[in-house]
Amino acid sequence: MRLAGAILTLVIGAPVLLGAALTLATGFGWQPGLGRVALGWEGFTEALAAPGILTSLRLTLVTGIGAALLSLAASIPLARWLVTRQSASRWLTPLLAVPHAALAIGLAFLIAPSGWAARLVSPWATGWDLPPQIVTLGDPWGLSLILGLMLKEVPFLTLMTLVAAAQRPVAEQMAAGRALGYAPGRVWVRIVWPQLYPALRLPVLIVLAFSLSVVDMALILGPSNPPTLAVRILRLYGAPDPAQAVPASALAVILLAVMGASAALWMVGERAVARLGKALIRTGHRGVSRRNWSGAGLIGAGGTLALGSLGALILWSLASFWRFPDALPADLTFKRWASADWAGPALTSLTLALVSTVLALILAMLWLESEDRSGKRLPLGALIVLPLLLPQIGFLQGLTTGFLWLGLPPGPVAVTWAELLFVFPYVMIALAGPWRALDRAHLASAASLGAGPTRRLLRIKLPMLLGPICAAAAIGVAVSVAQYLAVLLPGAGRVQALATEAVALASGADRRLAAILALMQAALPWVGFALALAVPAWWHRNRRGLRGGVA
Amino acid sequence: MKSLFVALAVALPLASPAFADWAQTQAEAKGQTVYFNAWGGDPRTNAFIDWVSDQMQEKYGVTVEQVKLSDTAEAVSRVQAEKAAGKNDGGAVDLIWINGPNFLAMKEAGLLHGPFVSDLPNAKYLDLSEGSAATTDFTVPTEGYESPWRLAKFAFAYDAERVSDPPKDMAGLLDWAKAHPGRFTHPNPSNFMGASFLKQALVELAPDPAALSQPVTDEAYAKETAPLWAWYDALRPLMWREGKSFPENESAQAQLLADGEVDFAMFFDPAAPAAMIEQGVLPPSVRVWVPEGGTIGNISYVAIPYNAAHQAGAELVANFLLDPATQAHMQDIRVLGSFSVLDPAKLDADAKQAFADLPTAPALPTLDDLGPTLPEPHPSWMTKLTEDWAQRYTK
Amino acid sequence: MSLELIDLSLTASDASAPLFAPLSLVVAPGETVCLMGPSGIGKSSLLAHIGGHLPRGFTASGDVRLDGESVTQLPAERRGIGMLFQQAQLFPHLSVGDNLAFGLSAQVKGKVARHAAVEAALEQAGLAGMADRDPATLSGGQRTRVALMRTLLARPRAVLIDEPFAALDAELRAEIRSFTLQHLQAERIPCLMVSHDPDDGAAAARRIALG
Repeated sequence: MRLAGAILTLVIGAPVLLGAALTLATGFGWQPGLGRVALGWEGFTEALAAPGILTSLRLTLVTGIGAALLSLAASIPLARWLVTRQSASRWLTPLLAVPHAALAIGLAFLIAPSGWAARLVSPWATGWDLPPQIVTLGDPWGLSLILGLMLKEVPFLTLMTLVAAAQRPVAEQMAAGRALGYAPGRVWVRIVWPQLYPALRLPVLIVLAFSLSVVDMALILGPSNPPTLAVRILRLYGAPDPAQAVPASALAVILLAVMGASAALWMVGERAVARLGKALIRTGHRGVSRRNWSGAGLIGAGGTLALGSLGALILWSLASFWRFPDALPADLTFKRWASADWAGPALTSLTLALVSTVLALILAMLWLESEDRSGKRLPLGALIVLPLLLPQIGFLQGLTTGFLWLGLPPGPVAVTWAELLFVFPYVMIALAGPWRALDRAHLASAASLGAGPTRRLLRIKLPMLLGPICAAAAIGVAVSVAQYLAVLLPGAGRVQALATEAVALASGADRRLAAILALMQAALPWVGFALALAVPAWWHRNRRGLRGGVA
Repeated sequence: MKSLFVALAVALPLASPAFADWAQTQAEAKGQTVYFNAWGGDPRTNAFIDWVSDQMQEKYGVTVEQVKLSDTAEAVSRVQAEKAAGKNDGGAVDLIWINGPNFLAMKEAGLLHGPFVSDLPNAKYLDLSEGSAATTDFTVPTEGYESPWRLAKFAFAYDAERVSDPPKDMAGLLDWAKAHPGRFTHPNPSNFMGASFLKQALVELAPDPAALSQPVTDEAYAKETAPLWAWYDALRPLMWREGKSFPENESAQAQLLADGEVDFAMFFDPAAPAAMIEQGVLPPSVRVWVPEGGTIGNISYVAIPYNAAHQAGAELVANFLLDPATQAHMQDIRVLGSFSVLDPAKLDADAKQAFADLPTAPALPTLDDLGPTLPEPHPSWMTKLTEDWAQRYTK
Repeated sequence: MSLELIDLSLTASDASAPLFAPLSLVVAPGETVCLMGPSGIGKSSLLAHIGGHLPRGFTASGDVRLDGESVTQLPAERRGIGMLFQQAQLFPHLSVGDNLAFGLSAQVKGKVARHAAVEAALEQAGLAGMADRDPATLSGGQRTRVALMRTLLARPRAVLIDEPFAALDAELRAEIRSFTLQHLQAERIPCLMVSHDPDDGAAAARRIALG
């Protein structure tokens, strides 16, 4: 128990805190390697004096809070639509599994002024022989970025809503509300959803933190002059002058403050909305019964954008040459697939994913099993929350320096460790529920038959939890494959995974190559989820009591 | 051994060729993996480095791993971070494709291994006389701390199907933009290519171009850049997205040209458009255009960090890059199309013939088409220019 | 073999008084004692405590002895106390035969001998040839019989039964009850059963009211 706690704290907690502490120290000018140990605010004044910094700040706030708010708002009618359509909600998983970078590249190929969408309607409907001079991609308000973030976050929040709804008598409450004469939409928004929100608060805060600090999507979809704070920090860290690490780190600290303030603002907003909601409930307005058009509409719009992005990626990966305004490439060929080096990065991503996921599973099992054996909960919730709520850019650069001090050079080991910090929380969240929900009577039975703890673990728990373990592994693989900064910074260029290659190529000249890498990046998690469904189903093919292991 | 070597190299700043025992370097290099940190945004260059890697493996048993950078500055800051962490040997970066400001920064910070160029056997094909192109990098003397490998020269590309009359010079570009608003842009000046565009304009528009070869002063800067900013302020609102947003780099701009979002792209490699046509990235109607007065040009170099883990292997790679056969292969339009850095006068007949036999392409300019090569301003100009640009136009 | 309870009492963490008055009891070999009492009094918790499965949050006092040896400090798996639950807890991921093999005492060595022991147990339960069946496909009565055989194969020193027949319909209940109690008697295993079915009480050798 103590040992498990120590291992988890050391492997997950210590790197996050070390990285964050080094970032904080660097922000105040502490660079002992360069002989600077005097602390001061110069980094902050320099960071805040940079041209366009206020625009960057505004951009970060608009895109971050906007994406979180709109995603949450969209998830409400969507969840209502899906709560009675369990089979349809399965389609959320493939969208959830697509890495942010891959989706962003596909979306960029779709919505650019010269993108597939414009090509499909030109010139016959629009008269555009040349791409229109409209601003879509990289627009100064970050609307494209918000759209990209929403495509990822709406399915996540919707799924979280459905998970919370599954634990409550939603159908009965809907029936009760309607029996009192309320329109179904009203019952959902005013009665059911507020009960689910407490379970959504952490996911929403994670979405908020992520949207405020995202780098890969912002590089691809966001404006560049100036960019968001997170992208600015990355650029400063990459500057030739090492002294730039000071304003970069100071800016990372500022970003953390911005995130903290946004979270606080969010929670104040929660109360205001709750008060308003209660006042509305007391009015007793029944509302008008309508079809759930917003839910269906959102499904349609999201599905179109997702499929369009995927289609654009597939077409570009097969295009020989594709001029505007042709709706389709001149001809399709596998030549680029044959000549491009996608296998190397794919293998790297796969290896990183497998190693980090297996390590995360071992750590999660260590945690859960030691809880089972001691009968007490480990008070380590921060280990799950911290890596997801702190800005990645705020501690990964510090962590890279810290690793170097500890004698761990940039490379695959450092990257695996950094990825583990993000893979572990999701694997833990995915596994903890089913693990703790496992019928204890089975374990008592096994114990009464003389099976000790190890035998109970190996012969009863793990086989019975095969489905959830596979699901957690698939989530782990998806999280790992999606990591960008965790490869870029601790890898120091020596580790070339699909995410880093795809993002680098997204601003390169060869769209076909970028499409191939993005498709591969999306394919790995899909294969993972397909296996997570297939393996337990095959293994337990003759066991009716264990069907449907994957949620 | 290596640290001794470094110590000696530092102690003898102008080491004689005899000092380095090349056979010993070769022996030491065998089996090493050289991490070649090179900008990775150009698939052709990446493919060429792959070829170099195969050759090095075959010929010398040296493995070359390209670390694909999105900006060369990443490698520089990596070495600096290592120095900051006290990692004075066994560094992660063995060889860097480097130029101008990054070279100056590393050299001034004492982050480079060398001088080593004169130790390379293939250095005999270079014109290493004082002040020659192969010994100055953006007006900064290289002093043997970096080895040349490819020639770079600024050039525009345009789609001849859409643009029939490319402008004659930078002033003409403004007139063209007035007639075709929204169809011109340049990469963000925080990127090397974007900065080069500003420099090209500066070199053309400065009242006294000779002043640019000196380190920048506030006074000279104000005087020499005044016409540039006047010209740019007129041009900017006529640019793509009204000059509020810029492609990240030359590759992104090439994509905009291919998509028809803009009518020009720009490269620091006159052969790039021909090669990109060959690859199907650019349409076959793209041609090269250079301003009449000539364009700025420089030589791309490779340098070795002071703490590189595999210095012997890195020197072997630098030497291989100077091999006449390598240079001819590199100049092949189907490979890279980069012009050779070797001094033609020092080549033997076979090597000369190898260059003469290289294929041509419609989009590939001859050296005559390209006009004179103008000297790069001192690096301090570029730093100030890009900072000033950010102050003026990043709101 | 005998099962002995000495001044056994349980207190829930949020309660000040014990759940029931201290209980002292000796169950002789082959004897079945039925504990009866209102629901919520802690009958199941008492069984869990005797078996070593009590979750954290209870304070227990008193002693549990098997053949005079105290087992209170031993973990569940080393007490040798078999348990039969209301819902026959067959492991859903193992076949019927593997469920039995999981229970079969490790003292039975050798593949052939173990296989034979499993087959024999199936035969006794009237389930010959069902070793490869998915437990989910068995009827309630069949499951209870397999669970009993699995418990017996572990060679327990005592068996605890928690309302084992409540889930079965009335007709089957009598049959399975007599099957179970006969086997326990034949093996001379002391058995403690909790139930509020008077028929269970009638079938037991003694009835004790908890309170």
